[in-house]
Amino acid sequence: MTERTIDLAAPIDWDVVVVGGGNAALCAAISAAEKGAQVLVIESAPKTYRGGNSRHTRNFRAMHDGPSGVLEETYLEEEYFQDLLKVTKGKTDETLARQCIRESEPAYRWMMDHGVLFQPSLSGTLSLSRTNAFFLGGGKALVNAYYNTAERLGIAVTYDTEVTHVQLAGNRFTHLEVTRAGQRYVVQGKALVLASGGFQSNLEWLTEAWGPAAANFLIRGTPYNRGVVLKDMLDQGALSVGDPTQCHAVAIDGRAPKFDGGIVTRLDCVPFSVVVNKHGDRFYDEGEDVWPKRYAIWGRLVAAQPDQVAYVVIDAKSLNLFMPSVFPPEKADTLEALAAQLGLPVDAFMRTINTFNAACGDTSGFHSNQLDGVCTTGLTINKTNWARPINEGPFYAYQLRPGVTFTYLGLKVDPQAKVQMQDAPAENIWAAGEIMAGSILGEGYLAGFGMTIGTVYGRIAGQEAGNYVNE
Amino acid sequence: MSMNNQAEARRQIEICNACRYCEGFCAVFPAMTKQRTFSLTDMTQFANLCHNCQGCYHACQYTAPHEFAINLPAALAEVRTASWERLSTPTWLAKRVQTHGGLVAGLVLFATIFFLMWMQGVVGGNTFYDYFSHNALVAIFAPAFVGPLAVITWSIRRYWREVGGEPVHGSHLLSALKAAANLKNLSGGQQQGCQYEDGDRYSHKRRAGHQLTMYGFLLCFASTSTATVMHYVLDMPAPYAWYTLPKILGVVGGVMLSAGTLFLMKLKRTANPELGSASRWGGDWVFIWLLFLTASTGLLLWTLGGTSLMPLMLAVHLGCVLTLFLMMPYSKMVHGFFRLAALTRDAQTNGS
Repeated sequence: MTERTIDLAAPIDWDVVVVGGGNAALCAAISAAEKGAQVLVIESAPKTYRGGNSRHTRNFRAMHDGPSGVLEETYLEEEYFQDLLKVTKGKTDETLARQCIRESEPAYRWMMDHGVLFQPSLSGTLSLSRTNAFFLGGGKALVNAYYNTAERLGIAVTYDTEVTHVQLAGNRFTHLEVTRAGQRYVVQGKALVLASGGFQSNLEWLTEAWGPAAANFLIRGTPYNRGVVLKDMLDQGALSVGDPTQCHAVAIDGRAPKFDGGIVTRLDCVPFSVVVNKHGDRFYDEGEDVWPKRYAIWGRLVAAQPDQVAYVVIDAKSLNLFMPSVFPPEKADTLEALAAQLGLPVDAFMRTINTFNAACGDTSGFHSNQLDGVCTTGLTINKTNWARPINEGPFYAYQLRPGVTFTYLGLKVDPQAKVQMQDAPAENIWAAGEIMAGSILGEGYLAGFGMTIGTVYGRIAGQEAGNYVNE
Repeated sequence: MSMNNQAEARRQIEICNACRYCEGFCAVFPAMTKQRTFSLTDMTQFANLCHNCQGCYHACQYTAPHEFAINLPAALAEVRTASWERLSTPTWLAKRVQTHGGLVAGLVLFATIFFLMWMQGVVGGNTFYDYFSHNALVAIFAPAFVGPLAVITWSIRRYWREVGGEPVHGSHLLSALKAAANLKNLSGGQQQGCQYEDGDRYSHKRRAGHQLTMYGFLLCFASTSTATVMHYVLDMPAPYAWYTLPKILGVVGGVMLSAGTLFLMKLKRTANPELGSASRWGGDWVFIWLLFLTASTGLLLWTLGGTSLMPLMLAVHLGCVLTLFLMMPYSKMVHGFFRLAALTRDAQTNGS
């Protein structure tokens, strides 16, 4: 297929300009185009890497009052909201959160109407089959479907194009300054939707927030989310929400690439393991809850350890209890040899394991798929489920590092997804997706909720922007 | 060579098995997730199970320039074509036919000349039985058919041993035949089709082209088989009138086979060779051409009957058929046999 490059030098006054090229951006672009708007999508990545973090996603958390497509049983507003309250420890905007949850139901149907195909829960993720609808082929297939829908609707897309500045006149957006292939352009538009993600790929900004520890963070998704537009808007008086150190971070294989490692670097073995830091000490209850409810706290737990590193250790009997990951584990016939291989202080490590093993009780009730209450007793940090002694060689270990998915510091929006400035709402600027998700996710993470926020607010932002230019 | 192909496929499969986003596309992924570790020969089975729908490539977040450089359709296509060659006898001939179109084209020409020379002595024939006696044709084509089939049987036996196949139940075979009959693994998993001729857009075009070709071929084969039975068993000697079963099956099959192969050629022109076995692209083309020529010369033969072009057309047609038969174990024709074996093995491991 021949690629038509949009002529950015042409004096076009676009109805709606969308900054970003992931799920939220495309939902906004499509929604605006369906209101009759002439839309330009500005994606900073090249075409192969288009779609931001959405390329790495796999599901969408949807409310539903009965079986719906691939979703089983029911998942109602109150349960959904309580799940969110649990992970965010109450740090959420209830109005936006409930709106997002309620709108997830029509959004789910809208996705199917716009080319997204769903599949039943993937093997190894059955615990999500009631709440989360999985994309056939994953997030990149969803992104492809939306780009094809966008093309059918006549939406213009320019790749490899970075927005460097949003020009405002008071609270009104007038034009964008952008760069493509070293060339600077001015893009005029009547309405603006910002869906350019968080700032997690901007290592300087991460360092500002986290200090030198940030150097040891791995970025699970796109290297193109550098927060340039976010910073530009904040510098011009846009209100912010969220804490710069808050993000969706999980513990991933320390050998993962610096960027874009995605799903295959995750390690699901923590509940069946003992996790130690570089001094060979345990630091958290590995068996606190089932993994889908705990994976999102381990990024921060590891980030808080010296050198932002930890080691997850299992023995032969647990090797097949979790999803395989991309890199093979370190393996040794004895625990001492394993510790030496990992570069851990052998004595301290052995003391930790021996103390742990001695604190294990009756393990006959062990059940890998549910909270089994098989716990240790008498330790400072007990393991409250799946606590079996680490005593059957060969022994295996993986190095853990914090893997950041996206940052939560973002733009404050109202329920119409309108960006809030110091004194008043912006006149013609809306925001959707990770760039505003901090309003709803003050901390913690709920699997599949990022795509829900992106889809719901992408649609709202696009419709509102489309209505605005029609007025 | 093939060890390298298999090692590369295994490298990719291990990444896929840690991701599993593509589980819904085809049978390869559910087969993969039954294991945590893979042998090189597991790749042979996955490769022949893969129908090259390319859905997993377009959905993959790890395609080049990403350092994981996943291109599973290509990796499996390389293992697949290599397995046909490696398990065939003689291997060098299979490899030659898959990589170089010239050999097949040369054989068609040679066979055509052979038949033309044979026809030299006959003056003023009207139907092709004026040129060749039925028995003479059978004397040439029966061994040219049975011999290659024996080679294929040998290949499939070796395949079966390599992938650890167990004794086949009727239900396994039935399940495989069903999956082949509707080309389930080219349906995209949800009847949205495959992504072959138009980038990441799904369509049923390739599936349609393949089924026209396959069923067209099977009808032609049925036509010949019925004719043989009528001739030798029912004592109804050829030639046959237009309304008889062999003629109707042959004409309908010939039209389908011609149309199907033409359609496949059209699709192949915009397909991306880098998502298949790029080094075997030429062999693919030659095979489609050979099928097309076989079908279209057969049809022309029927319409040109009684004209002066008939003898030439007859020689070309017989040359094509003879080449098609002789090259069965070495051309892309074998993919059907390997595919059925892989589908049968898959049904077996699924316990269906």
